[in-house]
Amino acid sequence: MKINIKRDSVVCYEIEAKNQTLLEALNEIKITQDCSLAYNSGCRSSVCGSCAVRVNGREVLACSYHVQDGDFVEPLNNTPVIRDLVVDMDKAYAFNAKAKAYQSSITSSVLLSHEDEKLNEVQSNCILCGSCYSACPVYAINSEFLGPFSLTRVWRYVSDKRELNKKEKIDTVQINGVWDCTLCNACTLVCPQGISSKADIEKLRARSVMFGYMDPSFSNFGGGLSF
Amino acid sequence: MKSVIIIGAGGAGLVAALSAKESGAKVTVITKEYPTRSQTCMAQGGINAVLSEDGGDSIELHVQNTLKSAAGLADENAVRYMCQEAPHAVAWLDSIGVGFSRTNESKIAQRKLGGAYAPRACYAQDYTGLKILHTLYDRCLAEGIEILNERYLLEFLTCKDAQEKIFVYGVSVLNKRSGEVQTYEAQSVIVATGGYSRIYHNYSTNSVSSTGDGIATALRAGAKASDLEFVQFHPTALKNSSILISESARGAGGYILNSKGERFVNELLPRDEVSKAIDDEIAKGEDIFLDIRHLGLEFIEKELPQEAKLAKLYENIDPTCELIPIKPAAHYTMGGIDVDENSSTCIAGLYAVGECANHRVHGANRLGGNSLLELVVFGRQVGKNAAEYAKNTDKNLDLQERKIVLQEQITEIKEYTNEINFYEKQKFIGDLFYKNVGIKRDKTALQNVLNEVQEIKSILPKMGLSDKTKIYNTNLIEFLEFKNMLELAEFIIISAINRQESRGAHFRVDFPTADDEKFKAHSIIDKNGAICYED
Repeated sequence: MKINIKRDSVVCYEIEAKNQTLLEALNEIKITQDCSLAYNSGCRSSVCGSCAVRVNGREVLACSYHVQDGDFVEPLNNTPVIRDLVVDMDKAYAFNAKAKAYQSSITSSVLLSHEDEKLNEVQSNCILCGSCYSACPVYAINSEFLGPFSLTRVWRYVSDKRELNKKEKIDTVQINGVWDCTLCNACTLVCPQGISSKADIEKLRARSVMFGYMDPSFSNFGGGLSF
Repeated sequence: MKSVIIIGAGGAGLVAALSAKESGAKVTVITKEYPTRSQTCMAQGGINAVLSEDGGDSIELHVQNTLKSAAGLADENAVRYMCQEAPHAVAWLDSIGVGFSRTNESKIAQRKLGGAYAPRACYAQDYTGLKILHTLYDRCLAEGIEILNERYLLEFLTCKDAQEKIFVYGVSVLNKRSGEVQTYEAQSVIVATGGYSRIYHNYSTNSVSSTGDGIATALRAGAKASDLEFVQFHPTALKNSSILISESARGAGGYILNSKGERFVNELLPRDEVSKAIDDEIAKGEDIFLDIRHLGLEFIEKELPQEAKLAKLYENIDPTCELIPIKPAAHYTMGGIDVDENSSTCIAGLYAVGECANHRVHGANRLGGNSLLELVVFGRQVGKNAAEYAKNTDKNLDLQERKIVLQEQITEIKEYTNEINFYEKQKFIGDLFYKNVGIKRDKTALQNVLNEVQEIKSILPKMGLSDKTKIYNTNLIEFLEFKNMLELAEFIIISAINRQESRGAHFRVDFPTADDEKFKAHSIIDKNGAICYED
């Protein structure tokens, strides 16, 4: 079978077809045909988030995608390409710090019930592969958008009983944050862990309203509303 | 401010970073990947801690189970310290936000793993390592810890003081993105680079990054390594891909069956014993399977979701109604950089922690759930110690000179002739290791592999790179990793040949019993391959 990989130009590689993952195919190309092909991988089991790429325009983990004849493989979007399929994730990951996607202080002796745990069980399965970030259309117009994985992470902490300063978390995601999302749901569709950042952003919006914030695109209509 | 550099950003590295920062040091973490991509994310089973002695479990039993599994080779004081600190370690993880599974009584849920007297492993579904690693990463962001990504360790920069004592004053790395050698000055350095299971190549459950870089580099700098011959084989890796199916599957009541559908081993024995029993069956021509069908759909979906997904993806098996084909695979390396009770190597200012270090708590066979524990307990300790050491040290040395030497070494590697494909040699060594330096070993086979490894070492200049470029040259990085693994491979075999007995994960067909008189001791090896034993 043939697969096409976007490097400086698009390169077509012929590989033996045997029901393999894209990562196995990339390894085969690298070892037997072209040692110069650059891509990242780690755990091979969909949990380290190293090998996210786009295939035929859709984000996948190379280690869990079964390669098909004629596939077109590209690096992630919205991030600078360093070489071939390798992108620089520094700026993307820096949004976690900007969004204060962490527990604001160390807390002891807060008891969590089974139900409390379930509130953010799925969100805390995030592997930071960057698929959602790559699929997000907001970056085309706002390069400072905090983005889907960082906002999911904020919700993961806001929804946790151990977070004692929820207000600060919500304050931080008002600018370039929850209201900049178009709710297009592209992030949800590509998440290998079944997380919906769109839904988490909606929950953060609802929580923002509880803290007295409102959608800035509406505040332009009434005028005179201030906090 | 005095600075501590931490090489490696898995669980051990990040805990050490937080601890060093808390102790007042300026901290920089350097990783060859990104923190959340580290091996720690693959730990599934849990982290051992006796949270309450009400149910009959006790810290003493945790100590005893760990010592028993270690087959006489663990340091009881170190084990005792780790087990006593365990409840605090878990409480600390809970306090920074780790999403542990909970019981109906709002307690952290615990489950039973092999070799444990009671349900003792605190878990977060089967994503325990992932959730711990990511929460540690978030905590590092909260503390503003500097993390430098995609820099590959080249050397620990060392020098001798007036008393001829070696000390470390920094590190050199290859910036993968620019292809440039960079040096960083530090008063103390913590190695937290993980294990060396990838020497077993296709027969390892580990991430492709577990190439033993820190251990090989520390040895070159003059540190010592110990117990390198002890490599843990996990009994339940998927047959085709070597991807791990967590011990929690057996802890929950999963069976191990042969082709006839018979159970042949107590599934809850420690890993070395289960792996050996499986290996015996495979030698008889049996195929081996893990059977979790009887646990039921609901239980599997709730407690083992990752397992179910991996079995489906890699073996096209639905574990709720089909048997999962398995084999043992190299999973954890008990040996590592030899450290004292302060986590210090024999080089002043150079510390080690996590899988790359040997704190002598796992001995000849690690107990499931003790590695996440080790990295938190000793991570907290090493961060503090390295920060204290840094405070009391004042040495400034010229880094420029080493930088030029290392740049020249990289240039030299790029001039290697590349007549032989090193990737093929890497696979070849992996196959040899699985077969002959694996679950069962004997002198002749070990000696043959040693000859092969030494032969390959001697023809390294005929290998090398076909890609001579600078920017993100993965061909170069993989070659450097291969070189590190090759160095360690030789030391592992020498250690295995010298240990003429069977103990824990080291089983010698030609010496099938333990010889306490000669070998109830740690093997210590230096960069020249010289071995001695130490109680």
